[in-house]
Amino acid sequence: MSPVLAGVLQLLALMAALALAYVPLGNYLAKVYSSSKHLRVERWIYKGIGANPDTEMRWPAYLRGVLAFSVAGVLFLYLLQRLQGVLPGSLGFASIDPDQAFNTAASFVANTNWQSYYGEQAMGHVVQTAGLAVQNFVSAAVGIAVAVALVRGFARSRTGELGNFWADLVRGVVRVLVPIAVVGALILVACGVIQNFSGIHEVGQFTGGTQEWNGGAVASQEVIKELGTNGGGYFNANSAHPFENPTPFTNLFEIFLILLIPVALTRTFGVMTGSVRQGYAILATMATIWVGFTALMMWTEFAHHGPALQAAGGAMEGKEVRFGIGGSSIFAVSTTLTSTGAVDSFHSSYTGLGGGITMLGMMLGEIAPGGVGSGLYGMLVMAVIAVFIAGLMVGRTPEYLGKKIGTREIKFAACYILITPALVLVFTAAAMALPTPGDSMTNSGAHGFSEILYAYTSASNNNGSAFAGLNADTQWFNTTLGLAMLLGRFLPMVFVLALAGSLAGQQPVPATKGTLRTEKPLFSGLLVGAVLIITGLTYFPALALGPLAEGLA
Amino acid sequence: MNTSVTNAARLLAAGLRALLVLTVVTGIVYPLAVTGVAQGLFPGKANGSEIKADGKVVGSSLIGQQYNLPLKKGQETPEPDLKWFQGRPANGLGTNSVNTQYKLILSGATNRSADNPELLQWVKDAKAAVVKDNSVPGHPVRPSDVPADAVTSSGSGLDPDISPQYADLQVHRVAAKNGLPVDRVQKLVDEHTTSRTLGFIGEPRVNVLELNIALKELVAPAAGR
Repeated sequence: MSPVLAGVLQLLALMAALALAYVPLGNYLAKVYSSSKHLRVERWIYKGIGANPDTEMRWPAYLRGVLAFSVAGVLFLYLLQRLQGVLPGSLGFASIDPDQAFNTAASFVANTNWQSYYGEQAMGHVVQTAGLAVQNFVSAAVGIAVAVALVRGFARSRTGELGNFWADLVRGVVRVLVPIAVVGALILVACGVIQNFSGIHEVGQFTGGTQEWNGGAVASQEVIKELGTNGGGYFNANSAHPFENPTPFTNLFEIFLILLIPVALTRTFGVMTGSVRQGYAILATMATIWVGFTALMMWTEFAHHGPALQAAGGAMEGKEVRFGIGGSSIFAVSTTLTSTGAVDSFHSSYTGLGGGITMLGMMLGEIAPGGVGSGLYGMLVMAVIAVFIAGLMVGRTPEYLGKKIGTREIKFAACYILITPALVLVFTAAAMALPTPGDSMTNSGAHGFSEILYAYTSASNNNGSAFAGLNADTQWFNTTLGLAMLLGRFLPMVFVLALAGSLAGQQPVPATKGTLRTEKPLFSGLLVGAVLIITGLTYFPALALGPLAEGLA
Repeated sequence: MNTSVTNAARLLAAGLRALLVLTVVTGIVYPLAVTGVAQGLFPGKANGSEIKADGKVVGSSLIGQQYNLPLKKGQETPEPDLKWFQGRPANGLGTNSVNTQYKLILSGATNRSADNPELLQWVKDAKAAVVKDNSVPGHPVRPSDVPADAVTSSGSGLDPDISPQYADLQVHRVAAKNGLPVDRVQKLVDEHTTSRTLGFIGEPRVNVLELNIALKELVAPAAGR
């Protein structure tokens, strides 16, 4: 069997597995977020928080919950790292410097997991397990909560109420993420991912002498890193490290975990708004982009253009033998079209066009299928824009799911899609214009520019992967990337929740003959077009200076 | 003003309490429970898949190693010990720069781009070395025979595997250096070649450490006789 065919078959197997999980998981999620019952353990948690889970919140109250919880998360994680040196169970590792601690705290709370540190030499058991891994769970649950709030905005009428943030947060953790994570972690351990607290110890070597390894609770963190589309590796090499991703099967399984919840949420959207076909239309849009990007990526990686790859006879630089080019390409596309940023191969050493595809995936706003929650709300905002464009073409007031898309709604949607490009382009321009940030580049010329563009794209879109040639552990990058991550996460949430509140307050308009049928393939096609054109126009000049210049050289 | 400050403080306190409670669930109970079950069911795997030769632990079957000769005086980089099968280059591997009470292996890739001159030179040098090392009298190796994984660094720098092509290419050299018949060594490689999982997942591969351990067992009695 040729490697190309094997790659295509892996892609098909992945799609089959996701299709099998789609209906049961999507329906289950809809039940979780619609049910009025509380589990006993949840009641204990609500008592601990001191919140009444049955209070309905309007959008400002919901947003205040999101922000208060996230500010607490940043403060706690910052302090944990600053105190690492005196905490027990930290392997004797020193405390993290203020700028890096801020960067890391912002990064994990914003579901980005950009890492300017080397996991194995900087973070001890306590910070990894009780700090970073916790944010992997809760930042994912916050993302799902905001998406569900937007779905409620479409589903509810003549009320401004969007549900209860604390209930959505706790249910996401207790009923969704933890159960899947437990099963997934054990599957990973069965394949060779480590799970221990043995600290740093010496192990013999074949030719004599010893090597030093650190142990750790890797499997339990690895599974939620993928499932919550977080992406922060226990080790520096992330999912390329054999202790995080030991076999070809675990590679495919980890990609499955990345895509699982974002894909199933489109079903949840359909169920909660009363039309599963609307969910299929959104899913079809996501799938079209994802399959298209994967096909392009496999094509360019198997063709291995670029002097060094031509000399080597294949694009294996930065890739592991067990995954090969097929498995690595699928992972690279899936991690950058979601907000994950975990890597099983190093994007900096991909072909020029391959690197460009990973960047473009993030620039689309990570909506195909996107991060947990953020993918769905990002795509729904795009759908609002697409409906608006279609409305302009036929001269009708645009509506989506029975809700009028008026001036107010379009303002919120437009603000949403302007935030990330503004962050990416302004910060990249500043870094290029100032004298010192450029010293962090490993490669020169077009690829050096790409390293910096990639960094701000990754941070502002909450991805977290890197063209890791960039030495990002400087005060400039730690600070600006930290800001980009926080603003890129929470400003869009403000507009999503405002939009949700506005929609929930409306009276539904009945569908007529003239209503745009948003459950049809025509609309999916329009949506794909809107996504690509809006991104293309925004980022084309920057892409032309970086990956396009390199790929066409 | 005063009430808004109080409200903000109250809200932040609720956020902090929520975080602490969820930290107990996901940061303490969950990892400990998973560790307990994992250690009970799969102790070998959970502790790093350590592998033994002659009763001694010689590494992990998952972590690639270097098979080099001891460093001679005046040398900066050790020479490969050509008696053993060689793994992939690992130019991205590092040593730790903080918390230096330890000597940790720092996993990583080179992150050099496809048009990076340094990477191009590494690839060319590695290819020349593979051709030179593996050409034995009567069995020359051509540059076009060398597979890509033999001259590129992996993502982790710890890739435990090489492609079957690269293993096959080393057979004549290893047989000559150890005084073994070529077909016996080839058989060893074939026995240690893992094909794709279920026929299509991943790529065929040879685990270098496991292969070298088997080779050592093959050599030892022959040398003793």
